[in-house]
Amino acid sequence: MNLAYILSRAVAQGLPFLYGSTGEILNEKSGNLNLGIPGIMISGGVAGIVGAMLYENSVAVPNGKVGLLVSLLFSLLCSVALSLIYCFLTVTLRANQNVTGLAITIFGSGLGNFYGGSITTLLGVSSSSVAATTAAYKAPLIPFYDKLGAVGTIFFSHGFMFYLALIIAFVSWFVLKKTRTGLNLRAVGENPATADATGISVTKYKYITTCIGGAIAGLGGLYYAIDYSNGLWDTNSFGDRGWLSVALVIFVVWKPNLAVLGAFLFGGLYIADIFVPGLTSATKEIFKMLPYLVTIIILISTSLMKKKENQPPASLGLAYFREER
Amino acid sequence: MSNAAIELKGITKRFGSVVANHNISMTVSRGEVLSILGENGSGKTTLMNMLSGIYHPDEGQIFVEGEPATIRSPKDAFRYKIGMIHQHFKLVDNLTVTENVILGLREEGRFSLKKSAEKIRKICETYGFQIDPMKKIYEMSVSEKQTVEIIKVIYRGAEILILDEPTAVLTPSETKNLFAIIRNMKKAGKSIIIITHKLGEVMEISDRVAVLRKGEYIGTVETKTTNEQTLTEMMVGKKVDLNIERTDPHDCVKRLELTNVSVTGKDGVKILKNVSFHAKSGEILGIAGIAGSGQKELLEAIAGLQKLTSGSIIYHDPKTGKEEDLRDKTPLQIRELGVRLSFVPEDRLGMGLVGSMGITDNMMLRSYKSGRGFFLQKKDPKGLANKIISDLEVVTPGTETPVRRLSGGNIQKVLVGREIAAAPTVLMAAYPVRGLDINSSYMIYHLLNAQKESGTAVIFVGEDLDVLLELCDRIIVICHGQISGTVEGRKATKEEIGLMMTNLPEEKEDAE
Amino acid sequence: MKNKTAKEPLMRIAKRTDMPVKQSVIIRAAAVVIALLACGVTIVAITGGKVDFLSIYSEMFEGAFGTARRIKITVRDTCALLCLAVALAPAFKMRFWNIGAEGQALIGALASCIAVKLFPNMPVAPLLLIMFFFSVLAGALWGIIPGYFKASLGANETLFTLMMNYVAIQLVKYFVVLWEKQKGSGVMSTLTTGMLPKLFGVDYGWSIVIILILTVLSYIYMKYTKHGYEIAVVGESENTARYIGINVKKVIIRTMAISGGLCGLAGFLLVSGTHHLVKADLVGGNGFTAIIVAWLAHLNPIVMTLTSFFVAFLDVGTAKIASACNLNDFASDVVVGVALFVILSSEFFVNYKVIFNRRKKAIKEGE
Repeated sequence: MNLAYILSRAVAQGLPFLYGSTGEILNEKSGNLNLGIPGIMISGGVAGIVGAMLYENSVAVPNGKVGLLVSLLFSLLCSVALSLIYCFLTVTLRANQNVTGLAITIFGSGLGNFYGGSITTLLGVSSSSVAATTAAYKAPLIPFYDKLGAVGTIFFSHGFMFYLALIIAFVSWFVLKKTRTGLNLRAVGENPATADATGISVTKYKYITTCIGGAIAGLGGLYYAIDYSNGLWDTNSFGDRGWLSVALVIFVVWKPNLAVLGAFLFGGLYIADIFVPGLTSATKEIFKMLPYLVTIIILISTSLMKKKENQPPASLGLAYFREER
Repeated sequence: MSNAAIELKGITKRFGSVVANHNISMTVSRGEVLSILGENGSGKTTLMNMLSGIYHPDEGQIFVEGEPATIRSPKDAFRYKIGMIHQHFKLVDNLTVTENVILGLREEGRFSLKKSAEKIRKICETYGFQIDPMKKIYEMSVSEKQTVEIIKVIYRGAEILILDEPTAVLTPSETKNLFAIIRNMKKAGKSIIIITHKLGEVMEISDRVAVLRKGEYIGTVETKTTNEQTLTEMMVGKKVDLNIERTDPHDCVKRLELTNVSVTGKDGVKILKNVSFHAKSGEILGIAGIAGSGQKELLEAIAGLQKLTSGSIIYHDPKTGKEEDLRDKTPLQIRELGVRLSFVPEDRLGMGLVGSMGITDNMMLRSYKSGRGFFLQKKDPKGLANKIISDLEVVTPGTETPVRRLSGGNIQKVLVGREIAAAPTVLMAAYPVRGLDINSSYMIYHLLNAQKESGTAVIFVGEDLDVLLELCDRIIVICHGQISGTVEGRKATKEEIGLMMTNLPEEKEDAE
Repeated sequence: MKNKTAKEPLMRIAKRTDMPVKQSVIIRAAAVVIALLACGVTIVAITGGKVDFLSIYSEMFEGAFGTARRIKITVRDTCALLCLAVALAPAFKMRFWNIGAEGQALIGALASCIAVKLFPNMPVAPLLLIMFFFSVLAGALWGIIPGYFKASLGANETLFTLMMNYVAIQLVKYFVVLWEKQKGSGVMSTLTTGMLPKLFGVDYGWSIVIILILTVLSYIYMKYTKHGYEIAVVGESENTARYIGINVKKVIIRTMAISGGLCGLAGFLLVSGTHHLVKADLVGGNGFTAIIVAWLAHLNPIVMTLTSFFVAFLDVGTAKIASACNLNDFASDVVVGVALFVILSSEFFVNYKVIFNRRKKAIKEGE
């Protein structure tokens, strides 16, 4: 087992985190502490499998690319639908964000694992195979990557979702930092009353950002379900990846560009047991604790330093109501 | 067509069962400075918030340039070229001046902070503002923040500017600058509306004055043809006896003595510098100064809520004659020393009371620890609550109604009532009549005087110099966290105090 | 400007504080009914129409109360949720978002097991006591850590307690591997001692009694004691608390010790009363569900018995239907989720009122 291979696995492990945390960063930048992200990721992933399965069972010779598009569409629809429920409850009806988010996670992971577990029974389909779609996902975008040596193995052996994740993270960073929309969005998360007073529609920004963020997070689930796990959903195998994505947001102090590095680091820690020598099956569980411990340390140290730029968005977790007085 | 830039017809606005504005009709002309005058709580700000799109009227119609206008949001307001500068600044702390100014705008061309900053610099030159467009808001002073707000509105091309109590946070020289700018804008044909309750400023700056009282529109008068007396009568409804009964202090002994007290804020800025004074029993000591000069920190330091960087706070116990240093003691330790120190803080619902609790539970704030054991004892607080309701004529549905739902005056009666019930030896009150109607205000003055009579050392922080001069025996004036002088309440003049509020004696400035 | 004829907003939303108790009870009752209907529709939808809508409710009732055993399970699940919800109440009352109940309970459960492993030959009575103390202390520690950093540095407690859950889960996984029944099985062997005696003929009889007593005590603690008062004041306004001389830091840490300690106790009951082992999914997400249960009960421990029963009922009832259709029991989470959405929505109508604008019409008619 060589280092390049291990690093490429770390990258692959990191991708769900990257999607999840980019989505959550967008959510939090709009002031929504969306604890529903883990649920959205799971259901977004399973929705992709469901879509691919429906397609592959409906035609004799499935075309992988069509399966890819169908699964993508299913995943996006599912994540956006859950995000809309979250927005409707927290923004329109002003329900508590923590409570609503947790309800979304209960619902979303229930929905995902329900369909993931009883998929063939429910859909009445003959085969649970989504092989063609999986192949389309896994096809390296740069077929000659193995000629590029270690760099090729680490970075270019992945399917298109690797590049998509990088593009989304970069675009998110650019939009937040360099555009008018990003400026307005940051204002909504920091001080919605002020944003409102300048004519920014707080509701619109929260809805749109949360839905886009949810869709991005759902892609993380989709990548995990079809690319990483070959289209085979194993109940609870997604594990704590959703919550780790939420943790990563703190770890990278709400910066999508840093999230790229953070995600791969978390990915590496997640599979540390395969490359750190001397780990037993027991101590490897202690090792898996590291991402959480590191996040806690980051949380403490950012509170300790009190640097304004590294704090959570000021209105995070609070519902906004204009006629408050 | 008339010269009216804005016309309001029959505007009514309710909050729950409270009518904030009732059937108000008035006009604002082009190129004039109009003052909206009224006491706190008369509905001035609510009315203007309906022009700026923060609230929406329940009844009535707004006309802009003769056309019916529906202002649903601040964005709509900007479309009608109406811009409002709120009393509480609406700025995002974490962003720069430029970012705040262009927030929510849809400008032509590529998004460029540099270009916008350039435009802001030009505005600054035109009006003589001193501001760095790249500075972050959290690094700024209050008057700088106000400047940013004004730039924001001008940048958006507002023709009608609404300023909500713009001078409340400014020094006299800053106020002068502001008025100069307002006159410039008026010359440029803009309409300016100033919400205020300061008569002097009304007379100085405005062309016309519209008066509101308790949510009702009373009338509009030309400034030239009126005077402060008439305006006061319009504002308060009936001619009020401004005389506050003041008895001569008796049995005065030193009760509280501060020596060289200094307090440093979180950001390392010195808020109080070597403050020394004493308060005596049987007198009311006034503290005058521009808002934010360190009054809050001074009282909090005495109450054990602020850490001192130097100095001492000596309490002379009237019973034992012992001296106790209150420095670095918590409120609890101070109470355990037997010091009966009562404090009516500026922030009534945020500090003095708990808004969501009833009067009984709020009484317990001071006494819940009394009685032995683990359980609360609710009988005495309930009795006290009922006593305060009847003695101070508190209007409330019951002792369990959350105090947040009471009117400002009733909230303050509950707070002051509780603090006085502890039979204090020192009573501190910060802006105790702010936002109160005349009757409630006089009840508070009366209560403070009664405390003084009974031998309490009363410390009164006020903003209205007339009241300070009529109520207090001695007045210390605070300026930038230092004492700039002490005057006799019976002899001093407003001008004298006003000067001290903004100027430190020379030797003190040299000492810095 | 003129070509943009802005329309009157169709409706506005205003805050209300004056709703009579009776009306709010009616709204909430209606919400429960609507939630049940929505659950029925959901079940029909996710089972692909395999069950008849009208039979769902009798099936659910059957699933929850059909036999003595089912009743026991429903009561057991209700109490498991209730215990955690009650534990969370003081923290939430203080506006401290403790979403770490899962981890606090789990670490308590682990501590119980450690106690058994340390003193395997001790008589049951003292062993139970030691387990009890171990659990409560471990849970309290798990609550105190985020409490301390919130109190002294203002570290975001929602995120902190969330992270602590997974530190606890990993710790449990570590010990489970150490105690594995067979190497690689990932399951520890069942404890042979340290079990609560049966009561009313049920293993977890004592758990139920303890939890019900706890619920009442918690109600009294929050409502009638000095501590409860301090918690309420700190929750409403830290400034006020400081002003009257409450040591805010101390109250936060103390309350989190209580909240975490009670969660730890819940972990003890799960080990000693029900499962007799520890595993990573021992608490099974109840730590999160309990947050919602507590919130929907407005942090009133007595009302929590109702909300936790409601959730447990849906859970058990749906599981019955799902297993009858040969589907997996995650259907329960879907149904519970739907019910929670409906009930969360209903709070809006208690706290706000919607005002429709008819004025424009009136003016037009007048013209």
